[in-house]
Formats: sequence, structure tokens, C-alpha cells
Amino acid sequence: MSATAKVWALHLALLAALYAAQFLLPPYYATNLARIMVLAVFAIGYNLAFGYTGLLSLGHALFFAAGMYGMGLPGYLLEWTALPSLITGLVAGGAVAAAVGLLALRTTGVSFMIVTLMFAQAGYLTILYLAPYTGGDEGFVIEAAGRSIAGLDLALDGHRYTFALLLFAVALLICLSLVRSRFGRTMVAMRENEDRSRMLGYNPFTIKLTALTISGLYAGASGAAYAILFGYVGASFATIQYSILPMLYVLLGGAGTVIGPFLGAALMFTLIEATSGLTSAYLFLVGAALVALVLFAPKGILGTIRERWVRWLP
Amino acid sequence: MAFGPFLLLALMEGMVTAAVLALAACGLSLVFGVMRVVNVAHGEFYMLGAVIAWAVAAFMPGPPALAFAAALVIAPLLVAALAAAADALILKRLNYDPEATIVATIGLLYMIQQATLSIYGPNATPVTAPFEWRIQLPWFGYSGYKLFVILAAVLVLLGLWAIMTRTRAGLIMRATQVDRTTAQSFGINVDRVYMGTFAFGAGLAALAGVLIVPIQQAHYLMGGDPLLLSFIVVIIGGLGSLRGTVIAALFIGLSDGVISMMFSPTLAKIIATLLVAMVLVFRPQGLFGAKA
Repeated sequence: MSATAKVWALHLALLAALYAAQFLLPPYYATNLARIMVLAVFAIGYNLAFGYTGLLSLGHALFFAAGMYGMGLPGYLLEWTALPSLITGLVAGGAVAAAVGLLALRTTGVSFMIVTLMFAQAGYLTILYLAPYTGGDEGFVIEAAGRSIAGLDLALDGHRYTFALLLFAVALLICLSLVRSRFGRTMVAMRENEDRSRMLGYNPFTIKLTALTISGLYAGASGAAYAILFGYVGASFATIQYSILPMLYVLLGGAGTVIGPFLGAALMFTLIEATSGLTSAYLFLVGAALVALVLFAPKGILGTIRERWVRWLP
Repeated sequence: MAFGPFLLLALMEGMVTAAVLALAACGLSLVFGVMRVVNVAHGEFYMLGAVIAWAVAAFMPGPPALAFAAALVIAPLLVAALAAAADALILKRLNYDPEATIVATIGLLYMIQQATLSIYGPNATPVTAPFEWRIQLPWFGYSGYKLFVILAAVLVLLGLWAIMTRTRAGLIMRATQVDRTTAQSFGINVDRVYMGTFAFGAGLAALAGVLIVPIQQAHYLMGGDPLLLSFIVVIIGGLGSLRGTVIAALFIGLSDGVISMMFSPTLAKIIATLLVAMVLVFRPQGLFGAKA
């Protein structure tokens, strides 16, 4: 089998397995898997910026929240229906990422991390400040009318899983073709050697801005889907924790691998789920995992596997 | 209350914020200046200082003033020891790579915060001030302890300035900050300087935590706000510049006090965070700092 055929076979097999899982898993776990898939879309987007383009952002919660509120607010305030709201959510994620990128991409490295962190914090505080419109800390619930497409309530178990899988499949396959495309290679060139790519005639600013905007579209899509599938919009999704989580998923699964974000999200989610029953301090695990990963396995699971055994893994 | 006294009260509250902030931010600034490490766990060292002060007050017999004095010594030392261990076990192994250390200190933040949650619990607990004394101004009464906090912070900052400019340890730290390689070739043990600086910076944060705890209760999530404000102060003051940090702490503390009282604390924070982002984008050397 050629490398290309192997790559497509692997990714389609993953999607097929996820399709089969909804019939095999009990409802509770199927709901969790739907949640994991939506979060994995967020992480795939984060990976496009961090894993491929080398942009270590600490502000992706802002783009996720932009998608969530971009989807939820039109329904909450103006009684829009689900389909146009989903699109405003997606666009909001991309637009906020582009706006942040225009400013933040003038900096690099540590400054970029802090600038994105500050923008995300300002966004979170703005949601709290505008409590009369956003519901502040408590957020708001999306009613059945606001989460139905063609008469199907997407927050019902079966529909929810199908929609999450559909979104995840589209996100995964777009990511796969993107990183194997010409543009995907220029993204990696920004990560590996920005000066040399500039010398070869590429404009780093536009490439990084495009990558960050795509990443924001992913985060927006994920945020909007999360709001619609679980019927709730809240400020807690805009906190720093939601910038850290996709980073953790990507680091665990393997930065710069297509399936890594999903793998990391699934493992970390299961681990947190398993321990949150035992102790209220389950976030300790998040911290310990971050420290252990940067210390002992900076390439993550799939990054290590690719390096040692499976060279063709995208 | 008329506008004049109201403004005075806002400014006095701002001074207290500024004083505590200056201590915490100087620790962060020192660590960044010497080691080029952005310590995201800095706020947790502040929180640990406050929680240890509570523990000392709770378990030490005798008058509150004595327990408070003991906490002023014990908390910074314990926290400094913890920071030194974190440096040896984590940061040093990462070769102080700027991006990796940020991720690692985020991990450290969660570990310290959540460990405190399981040991100390989710409740906020008050600590009695070492003395009860109110100053009666014509318009309102004001806590004498708050004035003591300002005085103590000024003394510590003067001490810090003396250490950095007048002692051998300060000279070594400044030498390492300016040029690590040359310092090493002059026989300075850079690893030890780094460990010492990280511990010292954490100790300053813990000291600020002890000072604030009689005003604000000890709570495992209390590290978040001072971390954010310290970041703001350090960046506006110019990364690594102690003088800039103190000036910026005054500026941010006072404006935070005034905007919080006149408008809303959330609005004050939104303005400050956006200001920081803009400073980093358009004037990376800080508003008060010289070109690095």
C-alpha cells in the first residue's frame, strides 16, 4: 500500500470505528464520546496553530467562547434558529482570531503567549461585564427551538452523536488535506525556520494570520457545536482553563499529528472523568500531566510513535 | 460622602493594592529579569503565603501579633524552599527554555492550587490582624493595619533595592541578568543563582500573601488576581526592570482603586488587560523601561 493510501485508510477507519461506537456504547459513554469529539475539533484547530505553525497561544478560549456566544446570543436575544446561529458562531470564531492575530502576530514567542492570554482574559471579563446581555457568570440555556435543525433537536442523544461525528469527520478530513497541501508545508516552514522561508519569498505574517484564522474557525465551530449539543452557554468556557485544555490535549496526543488532538482529548477526558469521582481536586491531574509531558515526552504519544516506528503518520 | 473624601478613600485603597502588588510583581520581575522565565505559578506562591499565615495563626498559641510575626518569617522560607525544589526538579531540566517553562509553570500552578484544595479545603478563612487600631479621619475611619501594610512594603522594597545594588549577592544576580555566559566564565555558579533567584522571587510573593491575609481571607483560588495584576505591572513597567515595576505598581494600583470604586472592578481589569496587550504589541520594552 502506498503511503497516501495508508494515511486515508487509517483516518477513515477511525471515523468508521467512531460511527460503530454509538451502537456499541451505553448512552452515557456515547454522550461522553460526543463531547470528546467536539472538544477534539477545538484541539485540532489548536494543533493547526501550535503543532504545525508553531504559534503557542494561551488565548484559544476566546475563540471557543466567540463561537459559543456567537451561536447562542442571536438565539437568546433575537430568537434566531439553530442553522444561521451555527454559522454566526463559526464566523465569530474566525473573525475574533483574525482580529487578535492582526495585533498579536506582531510579537513572537513569550510575548505572543502573554498577549493572547491577555486578550482572552479581557474577553472573559467582558462577558462578565455585559451580564445583562450574556447572563454573566450563570450563562443561559438554549431552548429546544434554538437547537433544532429541520425539526431535529440536536441535544437529544442520537442526534447529538451523529452531529458531533459529522462535525469531527469534516474537521479531521479538512485538517488532513490542509497539512498535506502546499499551504500546510508553508505552515510547517514557519514553525521550523521563519527567516529562511521569508528569504524564499513567503510572507510569514499572512501565512501565520491565515493559520490562526483557520484555527479560530475550528475553535468557533467547536464552541458553537458545544453550545447547541449540550444546550448551555456560560462564561466558564471563556476562562484560561479552556485555553490550557486544548494545549494539553495536543501535547498529550502529539503536536503536529492529525489524530493526536483526538487521542489526547479522549485520554485526558477519560482520565479526568475517572478521577473526578474520587476527589474534588481532579485538576491536579491536568497540572501533573502538563509538567510530565514537557519534561519527559515533549513530542506526545503519536509524535513519539511517528519518530520511532510509523514514519508515514501525518 | 462628598467627592473629595471619596476620592481620598479610593486612593488609599489603591495604595494598599499598589504596595502588595509591588512586592509580588518585583518577585515576578526579578525571576524574569535574571532567568528569562515567565513564572505563571507566581500567584500560587502568593496564595501559599496567605494559607501558611493562616496555618501558623491557627496552630501557634500566644497573641495574634506573635503568630503574625512568625508567619512573616516562616511562610516566605517554606515557599522559597518549595520554589527551589521546583527549580531543581522541573525548570533546570528544561534548560529554562522560555516556552517549555511557561507550560511547566502552568502545570505547577494547577498542582499547587489543587493540592491546597485537598489539604486546606475550599473555604475562605480569615486571619486576625496583629493589632486593632483605627485612624479616625474627619470623613471616615480607616484601618491602621492597612497603613502598616504600605509601610512594610516600602521597607521590603528598600531592602530589595539595597540587596540588588549594595551586596555581593545582588551584584551576582545583576551580572547573571546582563550576561549569563560571561558571568559563568567569571566563576559564578549560574545554576545556583537561578535557584536562589527563583526561591527569592517566590519568597517575595509569599510575603505579600502574608501581608494581605488579615485584609483579605485566605482561599485556594486567591492567586489568580494578583498573578494577572503582577503580569500587567511587570509588562507595563518593562520586563525585568525593578524600578519600572514599582512605578507601574503604583500607577496600576492607584488607577485600579479609583476605577474600581468609581465604575466597576471588572471594567478596571478589562482596561488593564487590554492595555498590557497593547503595550506588548506596540512598546515591548514597557512604558517606563529603557530599551532592553
